[in-house]
Amino acid sequence: MGEFDVRGQRLAALCLLGLLLFNYPLLAVFNVQGALFGVPVLYAYFFLAWALLIALMALVIERRG
Amino acid sequence: MLQGWVIVLTSFAYLGLLFAVAYYADRRADAGRSVIDSPYIYSLSLAVYATAWTFYGSVGRAAVDGVGFLPIYIGPTLMIALWWVVMRKILRISKQHRITSLADFIASRYGKSALLGGVVTVIAVIGILPYISLQLKAVSNSFTIVLQYPEIVMPAKLGAVPLLQDTAFWVALILAAFTILFGTRHLDAAEHHEGMVAAIAFESLVKLVAFIAVGAWVSWGIYNGWGDLFARSAAEPKLAAMLTPFDGVAGSYSGWVWLTILSMLAIMFLPRQFQVTVIENKDEKHLNKAIWLFPLYMLAINLFVLPIAFGGLLHFPEGGVDADTFVLTLPMAEKQELLALAVFIGGLSAATGMVIVETIALSTMICNDLVMPVLLRLRALRLNEQPDLSGLLLGIRRGAIVFLLLLGYLYFRLAGEAYALVSIGLISFAAVAQFAPAALGGIFWMGGTRLGALAGLGAGFAVWFYTLLLPAFARSGWLPLGLLENGPFGIELLKPLALFGVGGLDNITHAMIWSMTANIGAYVGVSLLRAPGAEETRQASLFVDVLRRPAEPGGPRFWRGTAPTPELFNLLARFVGLTNAADAFADYARQHGQEKPEARPEADAELVHYVETQLAGVIGAASAHIMVASVVKEEALSLEEVRAMLDEASQIIVYSHRLEQKSQELERATQELRAANERLTELDRLKDDFVSTVSHELRTPLTSIRAFSEILHDNPDLAVAERTRFLNIVIKETERLTRLINQILDVSKLESGRAEWHESLIDLREVIEDTLAATSQLFKERDARLVRRLPAEVPKVVADLDRIVQVVLNLLSNAVKFVEPGRGLVEVSLTEERGFLRVDVRDNGPGIHPADQDVIFDKFRQAGDTLTGKPQGSGLGLHISQRIVEHFGGRMWVSSRAGEGACFSFTLPLAREAALA
Amino acid sequence: MSRKVLIAEDEPNIVASLEFLLRQSNYDVRVARDGEEALRLVASFAPHLVLLDVMMPGKSGFEVCRHIRGNPAWRNVKVMMLSAKGRDIDVNQGLALGADAYVTKPFSTKALLATVRELLPEDA
Repeated sequence: MGEFDVRGQRLAALCLLGLLLFNYPLLAVFNVQGALFGVPVLYAYFFLAWALLIALMALVIERRG
Repeated sequence: MLQGWVIVLTSFAYLGLLFAVAYYADRRADAGRSVIDSPYIYSLSLAVYATAWTFYGSVGRAAVDGVGFLPIYIGPTLMIALWWVVMRKILRISKQHRITSLADFIASRYGKSALLGGVVTVIAVIGILPYISLQLKAVSNSFTIVLQYPEIVMPAKLGAVPLLQDTAFWVALILAAFTILFGTRHLDAAEHHEGMVAAIAFESLVKLVAFIAVGAWVSWGIYNGWGDLFARSAAEPKLAAMLTPFDGVAGSYSGWVWLTILSMLAIMFLPRQFQVTVIENKDEKHLNKAIWLFPLYMLAINLFVLPIAFGGLLHFPEGGVDADTFVLTLPMAEKQELLALAVFIGGLSAATGMVIVETIALSTMICNDLVMPVLLRLRALRLNEQPDLSGLLLGIRRGAIVFLLLLGYLYFRLAGEAYALVSIGLISFAAVAQFAPAALGGIFWMGGTRLGALAGLGAGFAVWFYTLLLPAFARSGWLPLGLLENGPFGIELLKPLALFGVGGLDNITHAMIWSMTANIGAYVGVSLLRAPGAEETRQASLFVDVLRRPAEPGGPRFWRGTAPTPELFNLLARFVGLTNAADAFADYARQHGQEKPEARPEADAELVHYVETQLAGVIGAASAHIMVASVVKEEALSLEEVRAMLDEASQIIVYSHRLEQKSQELERATQELRAANERLTELDRLKDDFVSTVSHELRTPLTSIRAFSEILHDNPDLAVAERTRFLNIVIKETERLTRLINQILDVSKLESGRAEWHESLIDLREVIEDTLAATSQLFKERDARLVRRLPAEVPKVVADLDRIVQVVLNLLSNAVKFVEPGRGLVEVSLTEERGFLRVDVRDNGPGIHPADQDVIFDKFRQAGDTLTGKPQGSGLGLHISQRIVEHFGGRMWVSSRAGEGACFSFTLPLAREAALA
Repeated sequence: MSRKVLIAEDEPNIVASLEFLLRQSNYDVRVARDGEEALRLVASFAPHLVLLDVMMPGKSGFEVCRHIRGNPAWRNVKVMMLSAKGRDIDVNQGLALGADAYVTKPFSTKALLATVRELLPEDA
């Protein structure tokens, strides 16, 4: 697939990262009692990880390779 | 404040505002100054993904199992990361081929198949119906609820309300009218609806603001922030469990995974998403920002879902209030009238956005890919005579919009009760997911065929229908529940919710597993059964390779044939109107630097292609193809020709590479042949030389023999002395001749390998002694001195005795012949070296020139010039000797300096037993 | 005056036979052993006929023949080539070089003498 340039590859990697972050092994890790700044751990993890992923995607796109 | 008429008025005011935005945007677009040509507007328009489902349903789902609503947004985030490749490809393709809808895209890829387009349309319509009904349900429910203010009452059972009093029915009608006004005021050649895009971008802002407002208010208005909210939730045992929802059950993760996958596909193949992402896209570069802006939007709008959910659960214990309504009922419960109104508008905004875009997209599909192809085929003659078909097209679309909304309402009445909002939506997701194999396969796999796509779609849709839609009807009472519990006709293995015994999954996961298996299996399997046809291959290459080719504005030309230009022009005008057609031709003229192409009697292939693409923008690729084909007298391209055209580029490279290889091989072969020829010529020459030399050698003594024989015969009175002398000569020459012949025969035998060898263990010392004895006469004649250096005993060697004698004799006689008479000295030595015996015969004769040393062992070579005749040798002796020695594994060589004599040496390997000793 | 014949031949036995034959026919005979000597003797001995062996050390018979024919003074000297090579192309080569006769070895003594007599008519 010649169309997978550097940006495409990095973004694909981010997609894979996302699949890992939001799936069984890691989710079970954070599936615990407790709170982060008042927010339950799992919920905090979700939104923080999500925000991180978006930030990385923005970085890859806006940076000129 | 929250009286009925206020609400209605506000709603209509809002809709009016939307309409104004759209109108303004359309006007600006017509003037050429588009408002939506911005990546931010583009990103916001993508947020039409968040519908009333997001607005109301997410909270409802969150209240049940915590984070269960999140995959629906995380999935798209992940898929969007891949958009850089996938969506860019789709965008490029769609621009090039002027794709007007999802059905058009798939149909175009598989050879502009009208059948495929129709199938996709049907599946899309049936699949989206639940989704539309969901919006209707949300709007009507929220309206009903807010009307009850300050009471909080859940809406009554649906079936109980008569039609004309059903809010949902009126909502459906109003939305239909609104959408018609919105999207079908005129036909656009490329199906762009700038007004619509502007309006839904606006709507995305409205619903985001509304949701965040209510979310913030719940968090900090009712409670003291998130910490407080969640701490109180943790205190309630039922709620605390939801804080860690996964609780060690691995099975719950599979549902999670499939939901993510499902959403990843939905963000691509929901007709409304395809419409805004692909069709309405103005600039490919807008995709860059959208890739992270859109996920950011989704994050933002979901931020407060959990707080609202828990807030509602805390506020309304005992389950009296439907969690789907928390967003609205919470502010109502706290007497926040303005906020409640804002929420209602927000929900309305979310619902209308979805309905508008979805129905416009679907109506385009119904018109272009379902109705028009059928009409064109059925009444082809009649339609061809119509001067202006644009009215017909618009009419079909408007009808389709009404039809869709009424059908949505029908579903709502029949089956809308069965599930919560989210579940209804997921059924639609699963339906559009069926497009994924054919569509994604189509842009990455050249081998996907039309039949494969049909098979995949058919199989997937059938499974979807059976495992999701049927149960919904059964749950609503329209089909017997026994179907679900015992399977059709009592066949347990075919239970719609547990096919083949695979149970324990939620209905969505179960349906996804089976439908994807059937879909992908059929798609791949049938595609591989038969090779794609000419049209398919051509389209496949255009689709799969789109990012690798340089952007050709017109695309490769595949029409071969001509068309009368006036007919072509009229065809275009029939669909887009005279002015648009004239504009299009003028554009073409400008692009190609031609004047008045419509004046030329015959249109070339490029113009034909151009017209086809223009038409495709209005009626879809399949229909455009049919129409143009009816006008063009096309020379049919055979499959081979298409393949050849497509493969030309890559094959040229392959061929030239092979040609290079072949020519290199040819060169090598020629060189080898030349070398072999040279060798053969050389050998031939050598053979000729040998033959002529031999013949010469033989004739020389023969000459003397004959001459003297004749002399003796003719002169009987010869003096005795002379007679004796002459006879001696004859005898000598005869001997010489005999010797020569023998030697020549020897050489011949040696060379051809026919010589007989009698091997035995021989004592070299004895051989030398014997030979010396034999040549003692020769020594005496030449008065040469002999020195022998022979050890007492030497090990034996394996050789042919006669032959070795021949060798030693040859060397000795040569030595004797070459020394000066009287002063000659010949030295013979025998030494033992490692594994060898070595014999040296040294003489103090004139020596041998270095140049001659190289050739002295050659045939007919003698020291000095060839055939000097001095010694009566043949020049073959040394040659034969060397060959004999070499045959037994030894070596023979000469070392000499001119004027200082010569030393001939040879070695023979020891007999093995002797060597080991 | 008796006819002068030069024998240019390196094989001694063949020389012996030729000498005997020619002397018996009353020719004045001289012998050269190689090409150089042959040319010298042509100059000094001034034979009427040269019996030229082709295979000689140094200058070959062909070269000597060319030399003789190249010298206008020796226009009248007859040249008879002797060779073990009897192929047509060799004969033609010899004749092309200007030889007056070409005899292959082994020769018939009678034939040889006849050819010599032909080349050297009796009347001076």
